[in-house]
Amino acid sequence: MSALLEVADVSKRFQMGGILGRQEVRAVDQVSFGIAADKPEIFTIIGESGSGKTTLARMILGLERPTEGNILFRGQPVRHDNRADRLKFMANVQPVFQNPFEAFNPLKRVDRYLQSTARRYLAARDKASIEAAMDGALQKVGLSLAEIGGRFPHELSGGQLQRVAIARALIPNPPLLIADEPVSMVDASLRMAIVNLLKALRDDFGVSVIYITHDLATAYYISDRLIIMQKGRVVEMGPARAVLDAPEHPYSQLLKASVLSADDAGAGKLKPANDLLQLSDERLRQAESSRLEERTDGRRVRV
Amino acid sequence: MADNILEVEALKAYYQMSYFGVNREVRAVDGITMGIKRREVYGIAGESSSGKTSFIKVLAAAIRPPLRVISGTATYDFGGAKTDVTIATPAEIDAIRWRHLSYIMQGSMSTLNPVRRIGRIFEDFAARPLGLSGSAFRQRVVEHLGHLKLPPSVLNAYPHELSGGMRQRVTIGLATVCKPDFIIADEPTTALDVVVQKDVLSLIKNLQTEMGSSIVFVTHDMSVHANIADRIGIIYAGRLVEEAPTRTLFTAPKHPYSAHLVASLPRIGDTTQRPALEGRPPSLAAPPAGCRFHPRCPLAIDKCKTEAPPLVSVGTDHRSACWRANDVEPLVPGHHHAGVAA
Repeated sequence: MSALLEVADVSKRFQMGGILGRQEVRAVDQVSFGIAADKPEIFTIIGESGSGKTTLARMILGLERPTEGNILFRGQPVRHDNRADRLKFMANVQPVFQNPFEAFNPLKRVDRYLQSTARRYLAARDKASIEAAMDGALQKVGLSLAEIGGRFPHELSGGQLQRVAIARALIPNPPLLIADEPVSMVDASLRMAIVNLLKALRDDFGVSVIYITHDLATAYYISDRLIIMQKGRVVEMGPARAVLDAPEHPYSQLLKASVLSADDAGAGKLKPANDLLQLSDERLRQAESSRLEERTDGRRVRV
Repeated sequence: MADNILEVEALKAYYQMSYFGVNREVRAVDGITMGIKRREVYGIAGESSSGKTSFIKVLAAAIRPPLRVISGTATYDFGGAKTDVTIATPAEIDAIRWRHLSYIMQGSMSTLNPVRRIGRIFEDFAARPLGLSGSAFRQRVVEHLGHLKLPPSVLNAYPHELSGGMRQRVTIGLATVCKPDFIIADEPTTALDVVVQKDVLSLIKNLQTEMGSSIVFVTHDMSVHANIADRIGIIYAGRLVEEAPTRTLFTAPKHPYSAHLVASLPRIGDTTQRPALEGRPPSLAAPPAGCRFHPRCPLAIDKCKTEAPPLVSVGTDHRSACWRANDVEPLVPGHHHAGVAA
């Protein structure tokens, strides 16, 4: 198996505070995982705010340098000293951001973004081939240039905008997309449209997706594998369905117990899982001396 | 019904703007009739730009141009004293605000004044309606914060010193410290993490039970509605399209839009393909003729394109605005709701 992406023992520490009372925050602590080149998958990173999931994504995108450890993309370190290398890397790993309404300049037509991305990453210079690339990417997300061309962001719905944002990321034909909470800002009815789209990208176009979310239900629906992070540490990782069907770590159990289910509609089940909260806090205090342990079903759990 | 704390009658509220002599009208609330009972949690669901925020602006008596009430009434009954917020004077609204009618806002960071300590913010909001001051006021606030599992020390903190969950509990505290009869909650938990969200929801529910208030709870997240609401009203393009007790709405919806909302919810333990709704919400400046959902509706027939269906009773406590209400199948896939209807 050749690796598309390899994250090896990566940590990120931030210094907080001034001269007095300097504090070190471990945003990400010794995270390792890999994504294979020949098997496209949706790899999900689950965590609450402050779990380090966004910092991890920024490091994979090369926007942040790890304090320790290595991130390799196709065997090359994600660390670029010049613009040409950086552009070459970015043609392969593209981000999709959280809020489609903020990602677009309201005063620019949306196709401008597609155009400039096409110009930057594709060798194409003539109008026809740029438009062909734009249309091709839009077709993949179920839109077309005829529909989108010349429109301003306010003329499109949130779901359409998010699809345009994904189309933009697809222009250089990247094997890997990094989607940071792509559905947390869109309505419930649009959420499934975006999630189904990510699934189709994997199945039909062989794009791997690192899907960052705090929503366990959509994670269960689309992911192949996942990691669950608590305060910078991976507490449980493995095959998505196996882990979410029967989470083993107290923190994973807490997250699952906190998901509001529609199955009990009207029953008013709102009692917080305080016992699990206590248990997972306890584990967090002992985390210093903990390690990940292998299980027979392929998952790894922090003990 | 005499039991209702709020009666909304044929309410129409439009945004009316005029630029350089060109008039533009956005029909954000277009003929809503409903009632809210005492001591109930009424969930309002709908996508963005469906008019749900404009609707609750009217209910919260925050009607400011360009939003205007065109016709209809929204009358509160607080212990026999009736107030129609669509025609009430500022003094009349002042008399009910916070003490009877209160509002939990969405973004806790933008609600709380960043340069005032929490204690001062409580004074700004609640000292006058409560008619207390000094240590009596502080004692009342501390006691109330206790219900929300907040230590008295938060009163000395600035908003940025608190976590998101604590801040949201502070805004809930502000809205409920006067023990209002009616609370409007606009997406109060949308920005929170799952664990904190459940905690905050159960606090809201406990407070509501304890104070005997009514809550209008607005969110687009159907799984939140499933767990907190007693009844749910679905708004689509400025109109109420379905209203039912929570259980009924989830198990036997009678409007294709609600059926879709329920069916599209992903569930842990179930990987069947979830449908997504095609098309986009209609523009409220030029809504489609007939039923406003017909361009996206899988059940649409010719009649739907020309005649708007009225909101009529389709069962106990259950109203739907659909010509084909009886043909709506609960689209819920798999085994999940099999047998529930029996």
